[in-house]
Amino acid sequence: MRVAHATKTWPNGTRALDPVDLEVRRGEFLTILGPSGCGKSTLLHLIAGLEAPTAGSLAWWGGPFAATGAPGRRLAMVFQSPTLMPWARVDANVRLPLALQHVPRDDADRAVADAIWLVGLAEFERHWPRELSGGMQMRVSIARALVNRPDLLLMDEPFGALDEFTRQRLDVELAALWRKRELTIVFVTHSIHEAVFLSSRVAVMGPRPGRMIADVEIDEPHPRGEAFRLSTRFAGYAHRLSQLVAQACGGGLADVGAVETAP
Amino acid sequence: MTRTRDPAERWRYAAPALVAVVVIAVWQALTAFYDVPQYLVPSPLVVATTLVNDAGLLLASLGVTVSIALAALAIAVTLGVAIALVFVQSRWIETAFTPYVVLLQVTPIVAIAPLIIIWVKDTRLALVLCAVVVAIFPIVSDTTLGLRSVDPRLVDLFRMNRATRWQVLTRLRIPSALPYFFGGLRIASGLALIGAVVAEFVAGTGGQGAGLAYQILMAGIQLNIPRLFAALVLITIAGVVFYGTTVLVSRLALRHWHDSELTR
Repeated sequence: MRVAHATKTWPNGTRALDPVDLEVRRGEFLTILGPSGCGKSTLLHLIAGLEAPTAGSLAWWGGPFAATGAPGRRLAMVFQSPTLMPWARVDANVRLPLALQHVPRDDADRAVADAIWLVGLAEFERHWPRELSGGMQMRVSIARALVNRPDLLLMDEPFGALDEFTRQRLDVELAALWRKRELTIVFVTHSIHEAVFLSSRVAVMGPRPGRMIADVEIDEPHPRGEAFRLSTRFAGYAHRLSQLVAQACGGGLADVGAVETAP
Repeated sequence: MTRTRDPAERWRYAAPALVAVVVIAVWQALTAFYDVPQYLVPSPLVVATTLVNDAGLLLASLGVTVSIALAALAIAVTLGVAIALVFVQSRWIETAFTPYVVLLQVTPIVAIAPLIIIWVKDTRLALVLCAVVVAIFPIVSDTTLGLRSVDPRLVDLFRMNRATRWQVLTRLRIPSALPYFFGGLRIASGLALIGAVVAEFVAGTGGQGAGLAYQILMAGIQLNIPRLFAALVLITIAGVVFYGTTVLVSRLALRHWHDSELTR
C-alpha cells in the first residue's frame, strides 16, 4: 500500500491534508498518531477508498482501488464505534462481509465461527448487539473485520470510546491477533501510550493542514506486556513522540505532560 | 408474560381502566340523578342495552366500515412504501413530487370526497380511495425518512465490501427504516378508519352495504340517540383495536433491537 503525495481539500476550501507520502509494508503494525484535526481519519478514509484524493495518487498492492477485494487484496475497517447492525445477531453481523460477497454457506459458517472464537465471544454468537457491553461490541466489530482474512486492516481510533481497563485489555488482545494472523494493520489513534505499546512503526502527523512529521520505529520485541509498559524504554518512546506532536502543534504547546514520563 | 407481574407494568393497564370505570359510574349516576331524557344523553346502561338489541344491524355496519378501512390501510401501506422507495432513489424525484404528496395531505378529505365519489362508479371503491388519501401521508413521509436515516459508517462499511445498490437497500436501508415505518403505520391505521367514516358521511350510502357512519347519520336524524352512542362506542373500539394491533406488530418486529421497544 502506497500513498504518494496525496492531498485532500474539502469542498468548503478547508485543506485537510497537505501532500502526504506513506508506505505500508506487509506485516507491519503502523500507527498514525496525531492530535485531533490533523487529518488522520481523512488519510485512513483515502486508504479505505471511501474518499478520493484531491491530488496525488494511491496504490493498493501496486494497482488502483478497483483491484482490491480479490483474494490476497482484501481491505477491512474497524470504526471508532462498533457500528453493528442492531437488528442482526452477533453471528449475522460478523457474517456481513461474506454475505455481501456471496461466499458459499459452508465456508462462511466456518469463517464466522472462527472469527467469533478468535475474539473470545464464542458463547455470545446468538446474542443481540444491545445485550453486549461496549468492549464486547468492539470485539464483534473486530471479528467482522477479520472474517474475510483481510490483507490490510484499517482501524480508526477503535478503542477511543472505551474505558481505560477495557482499552488496555483489547490492546493486548489486538497485538496477539496481529501476530497470530500475521496481519498488516494501519491503526489511527491520538493516544501516545497506545501507539508505543502496539506499533512496529509510528507515523506522526501534525495539524492544520494535516501533514506527516516523523516516522518512528518502535524496535521492541513482541509480545509486549505490562513490563514493557513500565519500562524506561517505553517512557523514552512516549516522550519522543509527545515532543514531536508538541512541536507540530507549534511551540506554544511544547509541554503536553511529557515531562513526567521522561526517563 | 412475566412482564405483567411487574407492579409498574400492571399499573399501566389498571390506571386507564380505573378512569373508565369512574367516568362510566359518574355518568350513570348523573343521568339517573337528574333524570336526563334518553334523546339528550342516554345512560351507559341504555347504551349497553341498545348495543345488544341492535347488535345485528350495528355489527354488520361495523364490518362494512372496518373492511373499507382495512382495504384502505393495505393500499396505503403498499403504495406508500413503494412511493418512499422511489423517493430515496433520487433526491430529484423526491424534491419534484413531495409538494404534491403534501398537497394531498393538507386538502381536507371532505372537500375531495365528493369528487372521488362522482368519478368512481363503484361506491365501495370510492370510499376506500378516500380513506387511502387520508392514510397514505404518514406512511410515505415516515418511511422515506427511515430509508434515509442510515448510519453513515455502515454505508461506508457496505461500500468497502463492494455492496450493490440492491444489497444496501435490502440489508441496510429497509431494516433501518422499520422503526420509522411502524411509527407511520400507527398513525395511518387510525387515519384509515377516520377516512372511511368521513367518506361514508359524505357519500351517505345507505341500504345493504351501509357502514357505521350511515347508522350514526340516520340515528341522529331519527333522534335515536342511544343507537348513535352505541355506534360511536363500536367505532371507538375498532380504532383502539387498530391501534393496539399496530403497536403489537411493531413490538414483535422490533423488540430485540430497537430502543423504542426495549422491555428491559
